[in-house]
Amino acid sequence: MAKIILEMKNITKTFPGVKALDNVNLKVEEGEIHALVGENGAGKSTLMNVLSGIYPYGTYEGDIVYNGEVCKFNTIKDSEGKGIVIIHQELALVPEMSIGENMYLGNECGKKSRIDWDTTYVEADKYLKMVGLSESSKVLVKEIGTGKQQLVEIAKALAKKAKLLILDEPTSSLNEEDSRALLDLMLGFKKQGMTMIIITHKLNEVSYVADKITVVRDGSTIETIDNAGHDIDEDRIIKGMVGREITNRFPKRPHVEIGDINMEVEHWTVHHPLYPERKVVDDVSMYVRKGEVVGIYGLMGAGRTELAMSIFGQSYGILTGGTLKLDGKEVKLKKSPTDAILHKIAYVTEDRKGNGLILSQSIKVNTSLANLDSLANRTVIDKDKEYLVAEDYREKLKIKTPSVEQLVGNLSGGNQQKVLLAKWMFAEPDILILDEPTRGIDVGAKYEIYCIINDLAAAGKSVIMISSELPEVLGMSDRIYIMNASKMVGEMKASEATQENIMAAILRSGRGD
Amino acid sequence: MIMKTSSFGNVLKKNMMVIALAVVVIFFSVSTGGKILLPQNITSLISQNGYVFVLATGMLLCILTGGNIDLAVGSVVCFAGAIGAVLMDKGFPAILAAIVMLVMGLAIGMFQGYWIAWVSVPPFIATLAGMYAFRGLSNVVLQGLTVGINNTTFLNIFGGGANCYVPDFFKGEGLNITCMAIGIIGVALYVIMTIRGMIVRKKRGFRIGVGDVFATLFKMIIVSALILWIIYELAQDRGIPSVLIWIALVLLVYGYITRNTAIGRYFYAVGGNEKATRLSGINTKLVYFIAYANMGMLAGLAGILTIARAKSSQPTYGQGYEMDAIAACFIGGASAYGGVGKITGVIIGATLMGVINQGMALMDMSANYQRAVKGVVLLVAVLIDVLSNKKQS
Repeated sequence: MAKIILEMKNITKTFPGVKALDNVNLKVEEGEIHALVGENGAGKSTLMNVLSGIYPYGTYEGDIVYNGEVCKFNTIKDSEGKGIVIIHQELALVPEMSIGENMYLGNECGKKSRIDWDTTYVEADKYLKMVGLSESSKVLVKEIGTGKQQLVEIAKALAKKAKLLILDEPTSSLNEEDSRALLDLMLGFKKQGMTMIIITHKLNEVSYVADKITVVRDGSTIETIDNAGHDIDEDRIIKGMVGREITNRFPKRPHVEIGDINMEVEHWTVHHPLYPERKVVDDVSMYVRKGEVVGIYGLMGAGRTELAMSIFGQSYGILTGGTLKLDGKEVKLKKSPTDAILHKIAYVTEDRKGNGLILSQSIKVNTSLANLDSLANRTVIDKDKEYLVAEDYREKLKIKTPSVEQLVGNLSGGNQQKVLLAKWMFAEPDILILDEPTRGIDVGAKYEIYCIINDLAAAGKSVIMISSELPEVLGMSDRIYIMNASKMVGEMKASEATQENIMAAILRSGRGD
Repeated sequence: MIMKTSSFGNVLKKNMMVIALAVVVIFFSVSTGGKILLPQNITSLISQNGYVFVLATGMLLCILTGGNIDLAVGSVVCFAGAIGAVLMDKGFPAILAAIVMLVMGLAIGMFQGYWIAWVSVPPFIATLAGMYAFRGLSNVVLQGLTVGINNTTFLNIFGGGANCYVPDFFKGEGLNITCMAIGIIGVALYVIMTIRGMIVRKKRGFRIGVGDVFATLFKMIIVSALILWIIYELAQDRGIPSVLIWIALVLLVYGYITRNTAIGRYFYAVGGNEKATRLSGINTKLVYFIAYANMGMLAGLAGILTIARAKSSQPTYGQGYEMDAIAACFIGGASAYGGVGKITGVIIGATLMGVINQGMALMDMSANYQRAVKGVVLLVAVLIDVLSNKKQS
């Protein structure tokens, strides 16, 4: 048996309100490629951030044993000094600097007072060759494509003398060809004795490249599967990823009379706002009826958020085709959320802190924001009425707070999510698009959110629920759409849907390309 | 997780600058032997710092939208003043000249706001350009010379020269009765509105705790006492400086807008989270535009007050005014990241700076030291803001 190079023992990491990691154990052997798989928010990235010192020693419980010694990393520099280098999902390169400058950023060759540029570029070129890039290291990063930028990141890691390389979703922004090249590069490094941890959602990649697979779910490591023969069945991994008990996690749906089609999009096509040649939503058609909860399932980057936001007054991307019908009539929304709200559409964002709430303001102010006009008489706000509205929602949604004057920034994730829901419920929409409504909140609060969703449907609203948690989609929806790689790849009734045939729909579409 | 909103520590933190102001006032009353509290010194404090209150009010709205500042206000003050002075020199009536100055300020503000809001020019750069341009244009308008103002109507209304006081219609001996009357009526209105507000809330079925009533009354008494004291001091001198009427008007109007209107709320929302505000269906670009357009208009008003006080217009007027306004906002607790700040904070910030200037002048310290102290006060005030925010996250 090979030497264990890394062992993470009983790692527990808590964020205010959420336990992100709960007694996680991970063993990595020298010279292997170890895959970490799990749903979004399962805790994979958090675990790697603990390992690389982004969350310094003392902010988590448990031990990191690397090469036989217990490590106490305070900064990324500490872990890099030991040869543990992490490559993040988002590229961390400065576009306006040359490849060489980027590779040695913070790690410059020569003296502190005088950078040795000759050595920098000679060395950089050497590492670029190792990752199969023929570009000169003097080329600016912004002049090469995303695929090559990813390789520069790897070259940068090599330049730091990495012994344990962590790749967080390295292929998420790459096309098929570049992805395959990168995986082959990893196999090449393995031959030279490098140890690697790869985080990925793409199970075919896992099967192809990994020697061992550790499944993370809800902040715990579930199992480690051996894949020495590189022949593991993808269904076997999926089972580990989602195989939790699905009893009583979802409130019973009251019987609701499902009405007419309320909203319908046909041949909806959206291009990326910055790279107009990239389609983020490709010829998607879907509809939702009154009183219906429609789930949209897909992995991250499948185009679900892009679809939702483009419907919501084109608040994302460039709409290049498709029609939107509300109550059977075709509607052309102006390029502004205001118009969407006017047409009774609400979009409850997945990113509640970034796009949803004003953390520096009170619950009251946040609740009223999207429909302030209804509380104002000739632009003067009736503050008493506003208070009563906020109180009303606090009670209805069971927001746990001493007062609606409390700043939203001081609330837990679950309560913040409820404030966000309150805000959009107060906007009185007919159609609610909920994007990952339970991301990053604990099980109890999830249950309460599910109850709210059921109540909304019972009140005759149309609810579109985007989620990357399969059990949630299965447990809550009347009907399920499945998205993958910008396309709608399946639609099924909840009664016919199972985890297996949803995953199968995604895999089929992936292979079909 | 959940913080008590009314804990002693919070109350202390919220009123940190009020306490600082009180400490500074006490320090200077001791070190100047009480001179700083003499009626004529209070009068001069108000007239000297009139422009700070007006400009800081406009600046607050810009800062609220995300820590954005307007560097051009000093130059706009000068430019508007130059236009007005030249017009009156040519025989224009006072009111017409004043209106032209306000409109000119507004137009400049709209011009800058357009670039900032719809073309996404960083405010720092757009207004830096304005700062150069309008300083230069002021020179052009005045042809590098001083233009005197002899229009007495203008000077009387906007507080210029020796007649810058609301006249005493009752001709009190040693005590300005009009001044006292205005002050007492103002305080009475304030008290009535506060109490009526509580009664209305009670009628609408709100539970109002004993603590809330106590806190409201306590604040009411302190504020009323302060106003009455200042009014009494002013009445012993020459009464209410005309400029105080304008300051009070601006502070009241904008205090109301920021607290009670939808547009006021949007300034806070944009600064708190621009994306979330846009996705809530609010035209965020219009909010930026309004902030800068309004700043321009208030700079026009400050221009009026400045040339009235000096009874002339010179190409150098208004230099550094933008910095005074910015400093007053930050000292008054506005967040450098936007979304947080109040008109009451502006009052405290501007007063604190005024008191420090006045106090040090009375102690015969040079103007150079005054600037150094101002710098330190600003740094400390912002440090408090940054550190207390850090603790929260």
